[in-house]
Amino acid sequence: MGSKLAPWLEVIIGGLMSGVLYSLVALGLVLIFKASGVFNFAQGAMVLFAALSLVRLMEKMPFILALAVTIAIMVALAWLIERLVLRPLVNQEGIVLFMATLGVAYFIDGLGQTIWGSDIYTLHVGMPKEPKILFESTFEGGILVSMEDVIAAILAAVMVAALALFFQKTSTGRALRAVADDHQAAQSIGIPLNRIWVIVWSVAGLVALVAGIIWGSKLGVQFSLQLVALKALPVVILGGFTSIPGAIIGGLIIGLGEKVSEVYLGPTLGGGIENWFAYVLALIFLLFRPEGLFGERHIDRV
Amino acid sequence: MIYREAGQFKTTYASDQQLFPILQDRVFVIGFLVFAFGVMPFIGTEYLFRAILVPFLILSLAAIGLNILVGYCGQVSLGTGAFMAVGAYAAYNLAIRVPDLNLIVVFLLSGVFSSLVGVLFGFPSLRIKGFYLAVATLAAQFFIDWLFARVKWFTNDSSSGSVSAPPLEIFGRVFDSPEEKYLLVLAFVCVFALIARNLTRGAIGRSWMATRDMDVAAEVIGIRPMAAKLSAFAVSSFFVGVAGALWAFVYLGSWEPLAFDVNRSFQLLFMIIIGGLGSILGSFLGAAFIVILPLVLNQLPRALGVSLSTEMVSHIEIMVFGALIVIFLIAEPRGLARLWAVGKEKLRLWPFPH
Repeated sequence: MGSKLAPWLEVIIGGLMSGVLYSLVALGLVLIFKASGVFNFAQGAMVLFAALSLVRLMEKMPFILALAVTIAIMVALAWLIERLVLRPLVNQEGIVLFMATLGVAYFIDGLGQTIWGSDIYTLHVGMPKEPKILFESTFEGGILVSMEDVIAAILAAVMVAALALFFQKTSTGRALRAVADDHQAAQSIGIPLNRIWVIVWSVAGLVALVAGIIWGSKLGVQFSLQLVALKALPVVILGGFTSIPGAIIGGLIIGLGEKVSEVYLGPTLGGGIENWFAYVLALIFLLFRPEGLFGERHIDRV
Repeated sequence: MIYREAGQFKTTYASDQQLFPILQDRVFVIGFLVFAFGVMPFIGTEYLFRAILVPFLILSLAAIGLNILVGYCGQVSLGTGAFMAVGAYAAYNLAIRVPDLNLIVVFLLSGVFSSLVGVLFGFPSLRIKGFYLAVATLAAQFFIDWLFARVKWFTNDSSSGSVSAPPLEIFGRVFDSPEEKYLLVLAFVCVFALIARNLTRGAIGRSWMATRDMDVAAEVIGIRPMAAKLSAFAVSSFFVGVAGALWAFVYLGSWEPLAFDVNRSFQLLFMIIIGGLGSILGSFLGAAFIVILPLVLNQLPRALGVSLSTEMVSHIEIMVFGALIVIFLIAEPRGLARLWAVGKEKLRLWPFPH
């Protein structure tokens, strides 16, 4: 065996690793959706904005300081969004809020590039660039694994664990879940809706920052970061909008499916199928299970 | 005093149900059409036709199509650009493969193709709705982008991927001056706007609106959701497909798949949000707004004596778009068309406030 198995494993591992990165962006989407019922199209723009802020601030100050300032910026952004967009639109239909986040996405996008410029910036946060060859003894030629991806995967895992703890164990987390269940009921027992929203959007901003750091150091900080975030949409669709594990598993499935299909189907179909594969996969899946893998079943009433 | 309908009695059903029941509206619309067809071709400049009127008219047509789907039937679509692309490439292939076919037939047939693709991608709407569907329509967008860029048959094996439309020859007459192109597009848009207006106020339009407002309730009162949703997808993509064919043949002349990417879809969605969801007039107003705004934003800094780089201007442009979307959704969710209606209400009472 060996010579056949190793490239195959490489494709699988590569797919799973990029899947982890997709789920990182998807996580931001799920968080906001869970706590406010808003499908946040601006998550991609937030990733770009966070990465751009960090990379430009790092030109002027040390990393830790730049990181702190960026976090402050993301929290301020969350507060502004809550104040200027969500509060006036409270109790509107989901689809109206969705379109509002489209506007927010455009605004943040333009703002970020107006303030920070629109060149391609390289981001160095000390991630190892060299790929590593593993299992050389087991397989002929070994398996090539990018260490950057491994670190990203570990970071993502830590993040998910932290979020799960935050949701399950702290009182703020409990309040968040209560709001997710029922806005009005949560409000009537004295949970401040506005504050919860600011917290959720801030957390989503932080998730965007982590995703931005990882993606940014991989691809360079540039406009296309936003398009990477478009990949997160089929991930949440597949996993179900309301489920954090769904975002992770959906990301893994999409990442894996994408790589495998690109390698094994791509040549026959003409290549470049990565662009739509995830969407079509999610679409076909939806036809059979409209609420996603782990989503909640919807019951319609008149 | 001008806009007063007192004394206009309707004694037949026909007169009560006509398109513009108020005399002033009729006079205004007819005057406007006479001006657009009879006066405009003589006074317009080439720049006005090429850069403003032709794109405005074609995008209005596409916006009407999208408005039927989103505004009237409530099915959010982010795949409009793809359906425009289907129309454009269908028209291109028909025109070069069946050279004897009249171009008007070509345009209509390309609408039919687009309509078929629209129904295909509309099938998920039977099971999913809201933002699930919005993301599902993105699948159409990305898949069709890829299809036209990669499958050489569609571009007639062009090496660069870009294609050029054949000359606009209809009934032996070549439409090549800006005025002629404008008149051609105007004629198309007028006919289609009339069709759309009549469809939306008839039984089928009612069933779309019932589905939009609450699909479960609509089903309970006997509207078949499948027929309503799929017909909305079909009619909408027909309009969008024809608009795509016109955009490619009349406005662009030669184009590549990028001309119909996801940004075009967003642009059209913004048009109908700003113009007014569920309004034919709103589609026109929104298209006008979105076509003219970038021109204004480009001129404004220069007029004020501030010099900005083109890059800066384009960033500011998307910022302004984003902000406008949010402002419109908050302040006037029914868009410019609603402002117009409010204006008419005020005129009806003018000069007395009560």
